[in-house]
Amino acid sequence: MIEREQVLHVARLSRLKLDEDEASRLETELSSILDHVDRLAEIDIEGIEPTSHVVPLENVLRDDVTRPSLDREVALDQAPDPVDGAFRVPSPQAEG
Amino acid sequence: MAETELLAATAAETAALIEGGQVSREECLSAWLERTAADDLNGYLWRADAESAVGTVDQDAGGPIAGVPLAIKDIFCTAGVPTTAASKILEGYRPPYDATAVARLASAGVPMLGKTNMDEFAMGSSNENSAYGPALNPWDRSRVPGGSSGGSAAVVAAGLAPWALGTDTGGSVRQPAAFCGVVGLKPTYGSISRYGMIAFASSLDQCGPITQDVTDAAMLLARLEGRDEMDSTSTGIEGGVVLPLAEDLKGLKFGIPADLVDEGVDPGVKAVFDRTVERIETLGGKVEMIELPHAKHGISAYYVLAPAEASTNLSRYDGVRYGQRASDKDLGSMYEDTRGDYFGPEVKRRIMLGTYALSSGYYDAYYGRAQRVRTKIVHDFDAAFSKVDFVITPTSSSVAFGLGEKTSDPLTMYMADLFTVPMSLAGIPAISIPAGMAAPEGGGEGAGGDMPVGFQIAAPAFGEQKLLEASFALEKAIDFDGGGGRI
Repeated sequence: MIEREQVLHVARLSRLKLDEDEASRLETELSSILDHVDRLAEIDIEGIEPTSHVVPLENVLRDDVTRPSLDREVALDQAPDPVDGAFRVPSPQAEG
Repeated sequence: MAETELLAATAAETAALIEGGQVSREECLSAWLERTAADDLNGYLWRADAESAVGTVDQDAGGPIAGVPLAIKDIFCTAGVPTTAASKILEGYRPPYDATAVARLASAGVPMLGKTNMDEFAMGSSNENSAYGPALNPWDRSRVPGGSSGGSAAVVAAGLAPWALGTDTGGSVRQPAAFCGVVGLKPTYGSISRYGMIAFASSLDQCGPITQDVTDAAMLLARLEGRDEMDSTSTGIEGGVVLPLAEDLKGLKFGIPADLVDEGVDPGVKAVFDRTVERIETLGGKVEMIELPHAKHGISAYYVLAPAEASTNLSRYDGVRYGQRASDKDLGSMYEDTRGDYFGPEVKRRIMLGTYALSSGYYDAYYGRAQRVRTKIVHDFDAAFSKVDFVITPTSSSVAFGLGEKTSDPLTMYMADLFTVPMSLAGIPAISIPAGMAAPEGGGEGAGGDMPVGFQIAAPAFGEQKLLEASFALEKAIDFDGGGGRI
């Protein structure tokens, strides 16, 4: 089970605006999905290592040499509000 | 040569026609570009014209697949060409570079026919989560093509592309291939570079071919696989891949995971599966029951791990560097409005689920536990492959379901991946080949008759060549007729 308060908390962590309908739907849906997922608790995982990745690779490195990357203009080309060679964003302070 | 012959050819046959001089690369491309205009399945989100089809393509390239055009799932970045991952948040986005998979094909002289429809950010099993409307199943337009690579499977089945690229995270190449009666191969994790493939769940995402037959899948994989320094998890396939030639299955052992397959398969699908098992035996293969005791928990583990990774990967859509921006109030509201307005319901659901599973107090109970169950599933496959060469299952427990049939309950939709998710969690290669036809359960008014059934074969990591050989021999014996999917 997941409560409305948790839904809103997770939405804040996720930086997602949810309207009333969405929040109430997610409350039901997430609860039902988590009920199913909770069956994992039946499995004995004592002493089992976690798998985050199936390929046995570590620290793939290349030589530390500079090489061309995207031009600044190209990198900015798709931005919603590029200005003076930078990405412009609204003020972090709420107005008023 | 007759255009109908060209448009009915497999990719390998097309390559032979070009090589033999019966058709030029230009004639081939222009016939196919004209053909894609017949797409009334919403299979393509963007169709190329003569110029954009060859944008970054090396038109002088030699080699076995030069000139055979390809449809590309809209999750691959294509330089200067719209790439949306079927999301509103990327509407209008034109990437500054090609994904490595795309670049490898461009340098092999392969033109692009267009970008295919999919579930938004590859999250879905029916293509109904596309922000641009679902692609339709060409065998019966009241049914889904599967997902997430539904557009790619639909256009190949419909004869709107000789072959296509898809991606598979939990079944997104194999399940739509099964629903549309074509071949879908998910290679071993790491075989093909993920660079420029818009990330969903990075420890699971893998590019895979969707093709008319096994030979074409081998031909495409041979070009795609390889180490790429832009993706440090890519390894390629040692020894490469060659075209399969096997005629029988003598000396090979196939294992049926009884505990998984018992989870409720529709009778029509089960009948096709059983018939295919008999064919394996006729070809000299041995079939036995095996155990994958934790595979049935794959869905639960997957729907913790994949959303957890997705919630992290999708944090990049913040309205700052590319894509849409919703409002210009303060920064925090801009983030929340942008993501709230432009992500679809399934994407929000998974971001929420993943963020919850990773949040303080729940991390160990969900994410940590799911990672350990994943280890158990890996061990299950290790044990199975010490006894048999391949694991076989139906690709999906049902044939293609109706549009809207599963949209009201996310969990029902998630269960559509029951047979494909375990292989993804283990990172091993698996293929779906069309094995026959079955009537949909429930039928329903206006149902268009029998639908294709897929047969899944999985092999140990980097066992692609053996997998392709076995699939090739079995495909010949099945002799599936894909004609019913052509439009």
